[in-house]
Amino acid sequence: MKLTGAQIVVECLKKEDVKVIFGIPGGAIMPLYDVLYSETSIKHILTRHEQGAVHAADGYARATGKVGVCIATSGPGATNLVTGLANAHLDSIPLVAFTGQVPTNLIGTDAFQEVDINGITLPITKNNYVVRDVRDLARIVQEAFYIARTGRPGPVLIDFPKDIQLAQTEFKYPESVSLNGYKPTFSGNVKQIKAAVQEIKNAKRPIIYAGGGVISSNASSELRDLVFKTNIPVTTTLMGLGSFPETHSLSLGMLGMHGTAYANYAVSAADLIIALGVRFDDRITGKLDEFALKAKIIHIDIDPAEVGKNILVDIPIIGDIKNILEKLNKYILKKKETEWLNTIEDYRRKYPLKYINNEELKPQYIMETISKIARDNTIIVTDVGQHQMWAALFYQFTEPRSFISSGGLGTMGYGFPAALGAKMGCPEKTVICISGDGSFQMNQQEIATAVYNNIAVTVIIMNNGYLGMVRQWQELFF
Amino acid sequence: MRHTIAVLVKDHPGVLARVASLFTRRGFNIESLAVGHTEETGISRMTIVVKGDQRVLEQITKQLNKLIDVIRVKDISPQNSVERELALIKVNTNSLPARSEIIQTVDIFRANIIDVNSQIMTIETTGTEDKINALIELLRPFGLKEVTRTGKIALSRGSITTSGLKK
Repeated sequence: MKLTGAQIVVECLKKEDVKVIFGIPGGAIMPLYDVLYSETSIKHILTRHEQGAVHAADGYARATGKVGVCIATSGPGATNLVTGLANAHLDSIPLVAFTGQVPTNLIGTDAFQEVDINGITLPITKNNYVVRDVRDLARIVQEAFYIARTGRPGPVLIDFPKDIQLAQTEFKYPESVSLNGYKPTFSGNVKQIKAAVQEIKNAKRPIIYAGGGVISSNASSELRDLVFKTNIPVTTTLMGLGSFPETHSLSLGMLGMHGTAYANYAVSAADLIIALGVRFDDRITGKLDEFALKAKIIHIDIDPAEVGKNILVDIPIIGDIKNILEKLNKYILKKKETEWLNTIEDYRRKYPLKYINNEELKPQYIMETISKIARDNTIIVTDVGQHQMWAALFYQFTEPRSFISSGGLGTMGYGFPAALGAKMGCPEKTVICISGDGSFQMNQQEIATAVYNNIAVTVIIMNNGYLGMVRQWQELFF
Repeated sequence: MRHTIAVLVKDHPGVLARVASLFTRRGFNIESLAVGHTEETGISRMTIVVKGDQRVLEQITKQLNKLIDVIRVKDISPQNSVERELALIKVNTNSLPARSEIIQTVDIFRANIIDVNSQIMTIETTGTEDKINALIELLRPFGLKEVTRTGKIALSRGSITTSGLKK
C-alpha cells in the first residue's frame, strides 16, 4: 500500500518508539500535522513558541536518554529552532527536528515563509537533510535517528517540503543503517587501556575529571566502580554533575571558573588527570598554558576530534566511556594514595565552599535547603546565570540525569521549557525548575503549555531584579 | 606549512557547502580547492590545499572526518604524490614579434594554444603550480587579458589509493 510522505514520517516515528513530540504547526507542515492528529500512540505537546518546543525536546532527551523530537513549520518556525539546535549541539544532546518547507518547485524563489534552514543550521547540527524525493524519506528519518543517538550524540534536522509530505510511495523501513562515512569507534583500544592502567598505578596524585560524556554513555556506575576501587577523587564539569555522588567524600564538586576552589587546587597539584567525556572547555581550563602543568593526561572520549583540540594528551582512548571503563575496571588494581587524599582534605579545609550566612535569605542557603528537602528521584533543571551556578554548587547531585542545564551555549530561557520536556519524559519524577527573573521571562509563554497539558513542574525563581551574572561581571571588570 | 589533503565525499547537493562552512567556522584557510567525480559513481573527490602546522592539520582531518558525508580524508605529502594543475591563459598578441615569442614560450613549456585570433591567444597548460606560475610570469609582459586555474589535484604515487580499497 502506498503512503504519503507525512504518513511515512509518522510510521517511522513509531518504529523509533517515539512517544512524545513537541511543536507548533504552520502552513508548510500541515500535511504532517493532519496525520499526527489521528495518531493516538504519539503525544504531541503544542508549545507556545518553537524555541519552547526544541528546548522541551532537549530536556526530554537529557532526562530519558532517548532522542527528543520537535516539529516546526518553514521560515520563522524553522528559524525559531536555531537557538535550541545550537544549544543541543554544544551539549551533545540527541534531537531530531522536522521543519516544513515550501514545495520543491518553489525552493530558491524566496517564496512565502521560505528560508534555507539547512544552510542556516549547517554548523549547529550533527547532520541535516532536505528531502527531495519521497522514496528517500524513510531512509533519511532512520539515518537521522541513528546519527542523533550514536557516537557523540547531537541534533539532526530534516527539512521536509510540503509536496513531499503529500507525495506517495510504498513504505519500507530499511532493516539497518548503512553509512560508509559514519562509523563511530565504540570499543576502546585495549593496548591504550592497559597503558592507562599502568599510569593510574604509578600516579601519586591522580584525579578524575568527569563530564557530560559520562552521563550520555550511561557510565556512572562504571565510574563509581573505578573510584571505589582506586580512591581517586572526582571533580566534574557542569555537564558532568550527578555522574558521581557529591555526598561522597571523594567528590570535589565542580571544577573551573565557577567551581570549588579545592577542586581547582587539586587539579593544579595533580600528577595524573583522568579526563572522561570532557572537552577541556575554557570555563574549565582558564589559560591553557597554565592548566594542570604537573599532570599527565589520560583522555577518554567518543569523539577523536576532542583529543588534542585544546590540550595535548598523553594517553588518548577513543570510544564509548561505559565500554572503556568496564574494560579498565577489569585490569585496574586497588589503590589508595593516603598522602594525596590528606592534601585534598587540607585544600577542602583551607578553601571551603562557603557564604556569609547572616539574617538575610541567601541564594546559597535556598539551594542547600532545596537539596535537603528534595526527595530522591528529583530532577533539577536550571536556566542560565547566577542561580545556575548556585544550584550547581550548593545542591548535592547524586544521580546521573538529575541535573539538566544549558552548558555550552548558556541559553537563558532554556530552563522552563526543558523542565516541561523532562517531566513529560519522566512523569514519575519530581521536576524542579530553578530559574532567575531574567531567564524565566525569556520563555515564560510556556506557562500556558504547562497549564493546558497539566505538566506538574515546580518553578523556583531567584528574583533579584537584575541580570545578576551580568551585574556581577560589571562590578568585577567594568 | 602547506598540506594537500584528499577528501572522498558523497556526491550530494550541499556537500561542498558543508566542507567550506567547516573551514570558515574553525578558522582554517583554504588555498585551493578542486572537486570532481571519481572512478566510483556517487563519490566525489576534493583536493584541498591548506596552510597550517601539524596540529592544525590534525584538527582539519578530524573535523572533516566528523562530517557524515565525508567518507575518507588523507594527507597527501608532496614527496609521495604526483600533483597537477590546469590553467587557461588569455594573452594579448597585437604585434607580430610578440606572437612568435609567445609561440616559442608556449613550446618550451609544452603548453597548447587552444584559441587564437588577431588580437589574442588562449593558452592551455598543465603542470605543477610552480610551472604554471613561471609561464604566467613570462607571458605577463605581453599583457594578460584573463587567467583561470583549476586548483591542484593530486594522487599518491604507486599502488596506494586514498580510498584504501583494493580493486
